[in-house]
Amino acid sequence: MQAAWSGFKAGRWMHEIDVRDFIQKNYSPYDGDSGFLTGPGEKTSLLWRKCQDLLQKERESQGVLLVDADTPISTTSHPPGYIDRELEKIVGLQTDKALKRAINVYGGLKMALNACRAYGYEPDEKLLEFFEKHRRTHNDGVFAVYTPEMRLARKVGIITGLPDSYGRGRIIGDCRRVSLYGVDFLMKAKENDRDWLNRRMTPEFIQLREDMAGQIKSLQDLKQIAKSYDYDISRPAYTAAEAVQHLYFAYLAAVKEQNGAAMSLGRVSTFLDIYLERELRLGRITENEAQELIDQLVIKLRLVRHLRTPEYSEIFAGDPNWVTESLGGSGTDGRHLVSKTSYRFLQTLKNLGAAPEPNMTILWSRNLPRKFLEFCAELSISTCALQYENDDLMRDYYGDDYGIACCVSAMRLGKETQLFGARCNLAKLLLYAINGGRDEISGQQVGVEMSVYEGDRLEFGEVMRRFKIQMEWLAELYVNTMNLIHYMHDKYAYEYVQMALHNTFVKHFMAFGIAGLSVVADSLSAIRYAKVRPIKDERGLISDFAIEGEFPKFGNDDDRVDLLAVEIIHTFIHQLKRHPAYRNAQHTLSILTITSNVMYGKHTGTTPDGRQKGEPLAPGANPLHGREEKGAIAACNSVAKLPYEDARDGISFTFSTVPEALGKSKEERVNNLLALLEGYFVQDAHHMNVNVLNVETLKEAMEHPEKYPDLTIRVSGYAVHFTKLNREQQEEIIMRTFYRRM
Amino acid sequence: MIGRIHSIDTFSTLDGPGIRTVVFMQGCHLRCKYCHNPDTWELKSLSAQEYSPEELMEVIRRSKPYFIASRGGVTFSGGEPLLHDDFIKAVFLLCREENISTAIDTSLYVKPTALLKVLPLTDLVLADIKHINEEKSRCLTGMSNRLNLSNLKLINSHHIPIWIRYVIIPTWTDAIKDVEEMAAFVGGLEHIERIDLLPYHSLGKHKWDLLGLNYELNEITAPSPEALEQLKNIISAISGKPVYLK
Repeated sequence: MQAAWSGFKAGRWMHEIDVRDFIQKNYSPYDGDSGFLTGPGEKTSLLWRKCQDLLQKERESQGVLLVDADTPISTTSHPPGYIDRELEKIVGLQTDKALKRAINVYGGLKMALNACRAYGYEPDEKLLEFFEKHRRTHNDGVFAVYTPEMRLARKVGIITGLPDSYGRGRIIGDCRRVSLYGVDFLMKAKENDRDWLNRRMTPEFIQLREDMAGQIKSLQDLKQIAKSYDYDISRPAYTAAEAVQHLYFAYLAAVKEQNGAAMSLGRVSTFLDIYLERELRLGRITENEAQELIDQLVIKLRLVRHLRTPEYSEIFAGDPNWVTESLGGSGTDGRHLVSKTSYRFLQTLKNLGAAPEPNMTILWSRNLPRKFLEFCAELSISTCALQYENDDLMRDYYGDDYGIACCVSAMRLGKETQLFGARCNLAKLLLYAINGGRDEISGQQVGVEMSVYEGDRLEFGEVMRRFKIQMEWLAELYVNTMNLIHYMHDKYAYEYVQMALHNTFVKHFMAFGIAGLSVVADSLSAIRYAKVRPIKDERGLISDFAIEGEFPKFGNDDDRVDLLAVEIIHTFIHQLKRHPAYRNAQHTLSILTITSNVMYGKHTGTTPDGRQKGEPLAPGANPLHGREEKGAIAACNSVAKLPYEDARDGISFTFSTVPEALGKSKEERVNNLLALLEGYFVQDAHHMNVNVLNVETLKEAMEHPEKYPDLTIRVSGYAVHFTKLNREQQEEIIMRTFYRRM
Repeated sequence: MIGRIHSIDTFSTLDGPGIRTVVFMQGCHLRCKYCHNPDTWELKSLSAQEYSPEELMEVIRRSKPYFIASRGGVTFSGGEPLLHDDFIKAVFLLCREENISTAIDTSLYVKPTALLKVLPLTDLVLADIKHINEEKSRCLTGMSNRLNLSNLKLINSHHIPIWIRYVIIPTWTDAIKDVEEMAAFVGGLEHIERIDLLPYHSLGKHKWDLLGLNYELNEITAPSPEALEQLKNIISAISGKPVYLK
């Protein structure tokens, strides 16, 4: 141990697992500019070119290059795989070949089968037989217990996208622990913890002991993965190269074991910087070699693949993995956490070209050095690959060693997990309130039974009363559904290796979500400030509205409608909290849709704000496109009012503009973009995706995708290759307001 | 006191330094053939909204965090904002109280008294030069340019920073001799800090059709990047001021 830690400053971290303490005692805040950065090394360039050829082939094969339909993936299921041993500095693939996808059966047998068949593969019969007879999977477990009410809710689209047929993700194994401590130390710690848990055999503790037995075994498997690649990770990393490699093995183990929607990386850059600085100071490596290690790590992260069903891709378009790396932020002691490796991670966007993964997330703080922010802004203007989140806001809740899971959801690393719950369709729920709980498209009774709204004008007080009743019903259904799903996931598809890299006692968040917030706010505004007359169809259901007069719309910095949005969030989270969550989880809420705003829109009838049946909802917390009349700042200000306290799973806002709208010179553009972020964040806003792009480029990319394979654009919380989206999703993005002056 | 406002844009980086709230006022006496906001011409238009100075300040105030971060502020444009000189003066007084920087984007075709009312409270003037030649100005805008040019000298004599905007319209404003003359004139005014060249575009044409107006520049296309670059170099060399292209 001591040899590996030579040169490191002592602290609590030496006796207990405390990565944060290690970082705080040893990191070097960097205030300089990007001048020290280097381009890609020769090996990296050659390797990346090989990968790009593979990626091209993948694009040409319907987006899926190869499938292993015979071997269900686990941490130890596949032999080691290489791209080119001569060129790889960081090794390790999910299967034996790059971009070869494996089936993850534990999430759901049927799904694995469908996914294979969708791409022309047929899984081994014996495999199917085994799982059908001997081993229940998560999906089967959930559906065995789903009530008719839950099935109906899914079918009509009031709650969908739930992780009942795919891995829930949103768990970040603290892979840094493997580099710092080595697996044996971690195993010993788990064994000690388990030994303490031998006095009380309540269901909670029995479950915990069983989980831990599995965690300890998974750590053995983790060592096995490394051994198959000729690495011994039983002991701590001695060198920077080992620190990167061992950390990556831990992440790799996670993406072998699980096919969660979001498999985020954590907050590794400043941690790794400590090792890199040690060696740079001792003259053992050069800057080129330091950059090379990061470039090569990022190459591996860009190759992570899971086999998905077409239905999955409708909700999560573009093959996302959300390998989110959180960069920067500030420490609670006042020093910022930007290191040279924060820069090196961003440099990969230049050395390897822009890409959606890893999902680079800048933790913005007033403390961040100006030069770092300028570097980020320049990258935002040229690549659209960055998102920004308010560290000054989150630090109060999560401290200074949290990571973002997926797009906008923070939690303390190694100490907290999220039980992911997609999102419910609140716009549709409003229609239920008006139609007495009957679905406006199918006609079925889904929500609370009431009369269909009578009267020739929708009256605000009455609509709100009905809406709150339907929300109560939905809140209870949502919590029950989530409790069921996560119980089953723990039972049939538990995340052993990721949880092995957590403390034994962790806090859980149950992450609910809302889609359609701005449509609901605008609808309630129309009802209150204009005259909305409901129009019934042949079924006696209200399927259209006649609107007379003006009304304020969300996105114009008008409290009359903005505070309606605030009230809805506040009401819904409190209704959710009334129902106990599995594992005593704390209820949180996100305003985030990914690309499902298009799909949810398809399932939602005409709404009282004038949005037509089938038209997309707005993404995340954005105003509906076309409704901002006062420009971008007004839109930002509306979103900034949404309370993070009530929506701690994150509030996603996408800002899209053209370069000319930011200023005339590069310097002006950088300064104005940073000023936009600052003005927004000082008002306690939470998140911003920044897209600086030409509409013409997007239109051309739609017609000629082969010309733009690397075009990255940010969509409601993640970055995606534009050409991987379907036409509908692409058109929706273009239609969305591009802020530009004529 | 009431201001008639066409629209408000809370995020502009092209109408002065930093992030600015641009208030477009209703009404203009000129009839420029290339105007892309002809819906701002009619002072009495029903689509304009009425604000009192306090009401407008409430909107402006909401952008303060962005003004502070970017050294931005308010810009009055339009139409011709100085048709509302009393209103603007009242708003500018309120801005001064709250340390919000003030700018005006004017065609300069206004009474000198209107300018003088507002100048003491103005941090920056964005001024259009439509054309340096009086005859051609009449053709292009419907009015002579003598008043405009003398107003420009007036503003300069008050030591207020000026940014010039000059629209490049092929065959109308791009004759080299005229451009050189314009550049020389501008070079002689000490407080002009920069010149922004705006290439002609016809994106506002549909508004002319909607209003039943006759758009006369149908044959004109946007100037080429090479032509713009050439003009930029000429103007820069002769005026000695920094020149920016869109």
